[in-house]
Amino acid sequence: MPRGLALGLSGLVVLGLVVIASLGLGAVAIPGRQVASILWSAMGGAAGAGNDVPSSMQESVLLAIRLPRVLLGGLIGATLAISGAAIQGIFRNPLADPALIGVSAGAATATALMIVVAPWFGVEGVVSQTWGLPLAGFVGGAVTTLVVVRLARREGGTVVTTMLLAGIAINALAGAATGFLVFLADDAQLRDITFWSLGSLANTTWPKVLAVLPLIGLCLIQLPRCAASLNALLLGEDEARLLGVDVEKLKRRVVLLSAMGVGAAVSVSGVIGFVGLVVPHLMRLAAGADHRILLPNAAIYGAISLLVADLLSRILAAPAELPIGTVTAAVGAPVFLWMLLRRGGGWS
Amino acid sequence: MKRISRQRPTSSAGFIYSTLALLAAMLAPAPAVAAHELRIVSVGGSITETIFALGLGDSVVGADTSSVYPEATLRLPKVGYARRLSAEGVLSLRPTRVIVSSDAGPPEALQQIRDAGIDVAVVPDEPTVAGAKAKISALGSLLKRESEGRALVERLEYDLRAAPKSVGDSSPRVLFVYARGAASMSVSGTDTAANAMIELAGAQNAITGYSGFKPLTPEAAIAAQPDVLLVLSRGLESLGGADDLFAIPGISETPAGRFRRVVAMDDLYLLGFGPRLGQAVGELGRELHTVSATTP
Repeated sequence: MPRGLALGLSGLVVLGLVVIASLGLGAVAIPGRQVASILWSAMGGAAGAGNDVPSSMQESVLLAIRLPRVLLGGLIGATLAISGAAIQGIFRNPLADPALIGVSAGAATATALMIVVAPWFGVEGVVSQTWGLPLAGFVGGAVTTLVVVRLARREGGTVVTTMLLAGIAINALAGAATGFLVFLADDAQLRDITFWSLGSLANTTWPKVLAVLPLIGLCLIQLPRCAASLNALLLGEDEARLLGVDVEKLKRRVVLLSAMGVGAAVSVSGVIGFVGLVVPHLMRLAAGADHRILLPNAAIYGAISLLVADLLSRILAAPAELPIGTVTAAVGAPVFLWMLLRRGGGWS
Repeated sequence: MKRISRQRPTSSAGFIYSTLALLAAMLAPAPAVAAHELRIVSVGGSITETIFALGLGDSVVGADTSSVYPEATLRLPKVGYARRLSAEGVLSLRPTRVIVSSDAGPPEALQQIRDAGIDVAVVPDEPTVAGAKAKISALGSLLKRESEGRALVERLEYDLRAAPKSVGDSSPRVLFVYARGAASMSVSGTDTAANAMIELAGAQNAITGYSGFKPLTPEAAIAAQPDVLLVLSRGLESLGGADDLFAIPGISETPAGRFRRVVAMDDLYLLGFGPRLGQAVGELGRELHTVSATTP
């Protein structure tokens, strides 16, 4: 069996185990048998009998809190990692990640705007927190990405280096805008902004899962279809064109699909760093740079990484929760360094 | 769980064993809770304080990070920051009642707790005398401790009447400095709990030009010309004491800085607007009076 396929299949098995662990573990104890029993009766099966009947609290924790959370966590992890892999392919640069095209910074600015400025116009409380923040995050991320792409467009095509540098400049600009909003913010708003920028899956609800599912789903389905073209691009832009790849279209597709998926992800979870950068690298080291294998594997292992990080964020500080961004960075950064040092010669 | 934490794993096998034992403990069914037992998770420092003052401290099974008084609250499981609650974390304490201040959130978490069949009561938390009384009465009737609640309100009114009505001959200009280390300091304008306390104590806020907090700049400090600085005890600790406070640029050019006048109080006592409001107003008034008399 080829290495990439073996990696993918074992990944699916691990993913299954992680999902089971994520459903059973947490601040509220739900033994495995009761998880099964709750899921069974939720799907229309007959309720169990005897003294093993789950309590209604366990049932609502599992169905209303953990199940949407695990589902969304897996989808977001997969989206961040697959977008990271595809963006690295487009830029042919290992430092690239979805944040580089401005998605996260734009979303952060728009969210801070919503937190600080919307109350001046009487928009606050449930409306703002449940609908305003996700909407602002998504629109902010999308608009910023479109600006970066537009700036990089020249006669005859999009210049990747310009896109990278424009991304850095726009990131700095968005950072300044967020900084100004932080200056205006009161103490509570300041803490809201800080926590948002550290990410969390804690407040996942079914409506949120359904709201982002189409955007994330499209990203997860469409990006792997770019794999063959991305492989051709590995040889260089001119070579890819000679092989019949519409390089312009490919760049725009990958950037927009990633912006859509990552934008939807950050809009509900806040900024979650490092998954989009580290997971694709690990996959490339493990099974090579063939995007047909890299992209699906990145999605599978991205989902695993984020679910494990979320599990840790729920368990380590229970009954409070750690921001998930601190967990992904605390685990991701050392892994990244280890990879760098192991390679010895550095990237080239 | 306790037994496991005492065991020191000496080998990797021991470590694996204890990890598995921990997982098994987390998966085990929770011990049953007696149906009539009152178990409260309280979110909001002054709300927790009031519940303890009502004599129900033993029923509180969890609180947020701002709940730091009385001392027994420090030993409670902490459910995190009030605006970032985790529904599952709160539910894991098996509360029968969850009582939160009006700024607790996010709304999704509160809704998820309600969906699990737990009553979530939102108690108003206004930084005014009327707000403090309303909070105590609301908690008294919510927890069926009406007479205790009335006694607390009466005590509060008595303390307020006993507090000095004015500070000296001229009311001193007080600058409230909110410090979290020398690099992060803000000063209070109007519409804050600190502003309300300064006025209740018979003094005047040195800053009336804006509402809420703004970062402290040397020029703003000089322009405000405060006679006294008011700080939180924890804030003063974060600065390393009063010497560092007076070393801040600008502060030394004000009467407060020249005469080294500072009043430090605990944050929940000064800004909580709970049952100790009357005492806090009295103490603040007396302290301001004492330090205002300080001249070299």
